[in-house]
Parts: sequence; structure tokens; C-alpha cells
Amino acid sequence: MTATTPSSTAPHPRPGPALRAALLRRWGRALVGMPPYAWLLLFFLIPFLIVLKISFSEPQAAIPPYVPLFSWAGDQILQIRLNLGNYGYLFSDELYVAAYLNSLKIAGISTVFCLLIGYPMAYAIARAPKTVRNPLLMLVVLPFWTSFLIRVYAWMGILKNEGLLNSFLLWTGIIHAPLQMLETDFAVYVGIVYSYLPFMILPLYATLEKMDLSLLEAAADLGCRPFRAFLNVTLPLSIPGMVAGSMLVFIPAVGEFVIPDLLGGPDTLMIGKVLWSEFFDNRDWPAASAVAVAMLVLLVAPIMVFQHYQNKTSEAGR
Amino acid sequence: MRNRVIALYTALGLGYAFLYLPIVLLVIYSFNASRLVTVWGGFSTKWYGELAGDEKILNAAWLSLKVAVMNATLSTFLGTLAAVVLVRFRRFPGRTLFTGMITAPLVMPEIITGLAMLLLFVSMELTFGWPEGRSITTIVIAHVTFSLSFVTVIVQSRLAQMDISLEEAAMDLGARPAKVFLVITLPIIAPALLAGWLLSFTLSVDDVVISSFVTGPASTTLPIVIFSKVRLGVSPEVNALASIVVAIVSVGIVIFGIVTQRQERERQRSATAAAEDHAVEDHAAGHPRRGPARM
Repeated sequence: MTATTPSSTAPHPRPGPALRAALLRRWGRALVGMPPYAWLLLFFLIPFLIVLKISFSEPQAAIPPYVPLFSWAGDQILQIRLNLGNYGYLFSDELYVAAYLNSLKIAGISTVFCLLIGYPMAYAIARAPKTVRNPLLMLVVLPFWTSFLIRVYAWMGILKNEGLLNSFLLWTGIIHAPLQMLETDFAVYVGIVYSYLPFMILPLYATLEKMDLSLLEAAADLGCRPFRAFLNVTLPLSIPGMVAGSMLVFIPAVGEFVIPDLLGGPDTLMIGKVLWSEFFDNRDWPAASAVAVAMLVLLVAPIMVFQHYQNKTSEAGR
Repeated sequence: MRNRVIALYTALGLGYAFLYLPIVLLVIYSFNASRLVTVWGGFSTKWYGELAGDEKILNAAWLSLKVAVMNATLSTFLGTLAAVVLVRFRRFPGRTLFTGMITAPLVMPEIITGLAMLLLFVSMELTFGWPEGRSITTIVIAHVTFSLSFVTVIVQSRLAQMDISLEEAAMDLGARPAKVFLVITLPIIAPALLAGWLLSFTLSVDDVVISSFVTGPASTTLPIVIFSKVRLGVSPEVNALASIVVAIVSVGIVIFGIVTQRQERERQRSATAAAEDHAVEDHAAGHPRRGPARM
């Protein structure tokens, strides 16, 4: 790695100590940059190339359970067998398309609910007396540090047929027979909203707290009612926080596996669950890889482009 | 006005109830004598006793702890280097690729990372004979790969905020870059390193999806054990185990909160003193510094 430094862009550095220092600095920089760079190349980039490669191979009942893409057929002939079947399957089998669309739907609706619950909370914290803001915020973050798995598990005890919520509803007489809540899409929504709510509140709080309150005073002076002022001033100003929070909830929710697996029913289709069962239950590594590649192209790539674009505009706005 | 305030605090109260009630109920029912988790059969601590005798869970907890410490240490090291590269070296070949590889793990679904890591390890074993099977090594490598990005983001923001003139001053006084980093930069960004360490520790202790892909039969982490138990349904042992985790985390957070608050107060006190000394110069330099609000 040759690091170009702002100072070394000068045409010809004088030979001697200056050159030696520049060279030394260059080596020093390479030494600093090398470990993380190499690590990410080897353990992050290359694995995806391997996933791509295996998504084009054929499954077989062996170890490893796929046919190698490249093979020497002797006589200096390199044989390449590309199997496009995995991708054909992906688009022809309704299961995959349905799972993908359903993941988007579940993540989208959950994000809206996070927004509806998180906005009033973030607003209340941001307008609370200054001394209690930090403790209130810490109370929002605290559950995030306890195990995610345990928080999802906690809902199993609440939502199941003989669970706490059903017992409570039966006791109050609102219902007369237990409701099926666990193993439904409803439980998945609850689980996602519950797990990702802090991610919505934090960025919302950050934008609401920074807001210039004199704008509201100005609106009030001009005869604007508080609710109208909220709609016309506060709400538009908090859009960046809403976008950031929604991204933080939506992105992980789409690829979620643990929540639909534990709280959802057998007919709760989500793309993460499909990938898991292709891999662990069917042992079809090529199909699982093809699902992963499709997810990358259809989900992760657009998000990264969007974020890149957003960073650009926010930097330009500064 | 009054009504609005009441409505806001009601929303806040309900929100906190939503966040905490499930955890509180979970802890309460871990002391339930009945095996039927949701029927109260009297107070008992027997599930904790059973937990203490469960060899499998204890081994898994110990393994998780080892993995988490190794992961946190390695990710903090690599993540800090990456943050230095991103903040201090403005241009170098492959910068776009590097930035992409740092941000991608943050948005990557765990299930894809897990699959990719496993396929890498299998291919490497086929070609080089290493790593032999899946073990603690493969789990740590997989965890570091996704944790280091989080460390980088945390350290990066601290580095970008810090006053670079301190480094320049040391440099002018003849200190070598390595020495400047160790003596000046590192102490300033230390809180970010600690936060990064703790976050990657937590991410590792909590991870079930990626670990499930890269683990071998001989190395089961605690979340994998919990997950396989939980998939079979609700059980009082899991409630007890979960309560212990919640207790440890809460104590840790409270201690961390008190320590950082004390440090912050100390820092503010010295900052106030410095601000009073230099208020005039700051204004002249065009950097009016707002005095920190007294708590």
C-alpha cells in the first residue's frame, strides 16, 4: 500500500533526511492501515466472492455439499460448470418472492409502529427538564444492552395461549377463550417493535433536542396554535431523525431470523428464515447462497447507495 | 398546555412500561415454584440451583466469556487502527473500498454474514487445511469481522472531534508519530475505546445467528444453548438464566454510568476553570465556548 500524503504531493522532495522521513512515514502509515485492511479483505470481501461462486454450483450429497465450479479435466483443460438453476428457481418458485415481499411488509409496518410509539417518547424526553434527560435516555438504552435473545424470549411467556396476557384478558372478562397470539404475524410485529424501539428513539431524540425552540416561540407570537406549530415547525424539522431511525429499524428487521423463528408461526414467511432452512434443514448450500446474493443485490446494495447519497447531501448541507 | 404535558408523560410512562414489563415479568417468574411458567406456584429458587449444576450451560457460559473478551480486545485494536486510517489519512489507494468494507457490516443481515463466513472457512480448510473444523477460533474471527466496524464508528467520531492542535504541538516539539499517538491521542480517545470494547463484548455475548453458522459440535456458546432450549418452548431454567444475565448487565451498566458521570463532571469542572481562564482569548479567536450547565 502506498499512502500518498498531502505533503508528499510536492513534485520532488529533496533527497536526504526529508526523503527518508517521508519514506518512513509512508511505511508507518502502511503498517497502521494494513491489519484492518487485510482483515476485512480476507474475512469480509472474499467470503462474499465465495458465496457468489457457490451460488452457481450444483448441490450434491457429499462433504462439502456442492460440486466445485472449476475442475481440471486433464490435458490442460479447465472445466467450468456454471449452474444457473439456483437463480431460476429463486424467481420461478413463489416461496422466495413471497418471502422477500413479506419481509419488506413486516419490516415496513414494524417501522411505522416504532415511529408512532417512539416519536412521543423522544419528544417527551427532549422537552423534559435538562437534569432528567440523560437518565431518561439511559432507561431507553438499557434494554438494548441486555441480551436480544432474552428479550424476545420474554414475549413467548407473555403471548402464548396459557400465557400472561391471555390469563389477564380472561381474568378481566374481555375475552372468554384464549386468543392465539404466539406463532402469528402479530407476535412478530410485537417482537420487532419491542427489540428495535431504542434505535428509533435515539436519533429522533438527537434531532428534537437540537431544535431551536425560539422557532416555536416565533410561531406562537404570530398567533399559531401549539398543535399547528408542531405540525408546521417541529415535525418537518425532525424529518432527518425520522429517516435515520427508520433506517436503523427497517434494515435489520428485513433480514431478521430470530424473531420470526421464535415468535412467528410456520406460515410466517421471512427471507431470513428461508435462508436458514435452506442451509440447516435442506443442507442446500448453493440455494442458500443464491438467496443470500439476491438479498444483497435487492436489499443491502440499495441501502448502501441510499446511505452514501444521504451522507453526501448532509455533508454538502453543512 | 397542562393537558399536553400530561399526555406526553403518559406516553412516556406507557413506553417505559412496554420496554420494561416483559423483563420484569420474566424475572418474577424465574422464582416460580411451578414448572408451568405462567402459573404461580409459590416462591422458590430451585431453578437457580438446577442451573448451577448444569454442566452444559456453565461450559457454554465460560466459552462465551472467553470468545467475548478475545473478540472485544481484537476488534478494539483493529477498529481503532481503521478509525485512525479513516480520520487521519485522507487519501490512499482503495479508500472507497475500505470505507465500504467498514460500513457494510453495519447494514449486513447477520444471516448473510454467518453464511459467508462459514463458506470461507470451509473453502479455506479444503484448500489450505486451516482452520481444522469449526472451533473457538472461527467464532472469534467471525465476531471480530462484524464488531470491528462498530468500534471504528465510535472511535472515528471521537477522533474527528478531538483537538488536532495537541498532536501538532507534540509533533513540533519533535515527537515521532508513534509516540504522539501513544502519549497524546490514545489517552484522549480512551473513553471511546472503552465504549467500543464494551459494545463488541456485548455484541459477541449476544450473537446467536452468526455463531450458529461458524460453530462446531465441540464449541457451543451460551446464546446457542439458550436458543436451542427456547425453540422447544418456555422453561423456568431459561427464565432463571435470563434473570442472571439481566442482573449482571444492569449492575455493569449502573457502575459504568456512575463512573462516566463522575469523569464527565470532573472534565466539566476543569473545562469550566479553563474556560474562565481563557474566555477572553477564545472570544478573540472566534471560538465562543459555551459554559457547561451546572447540574
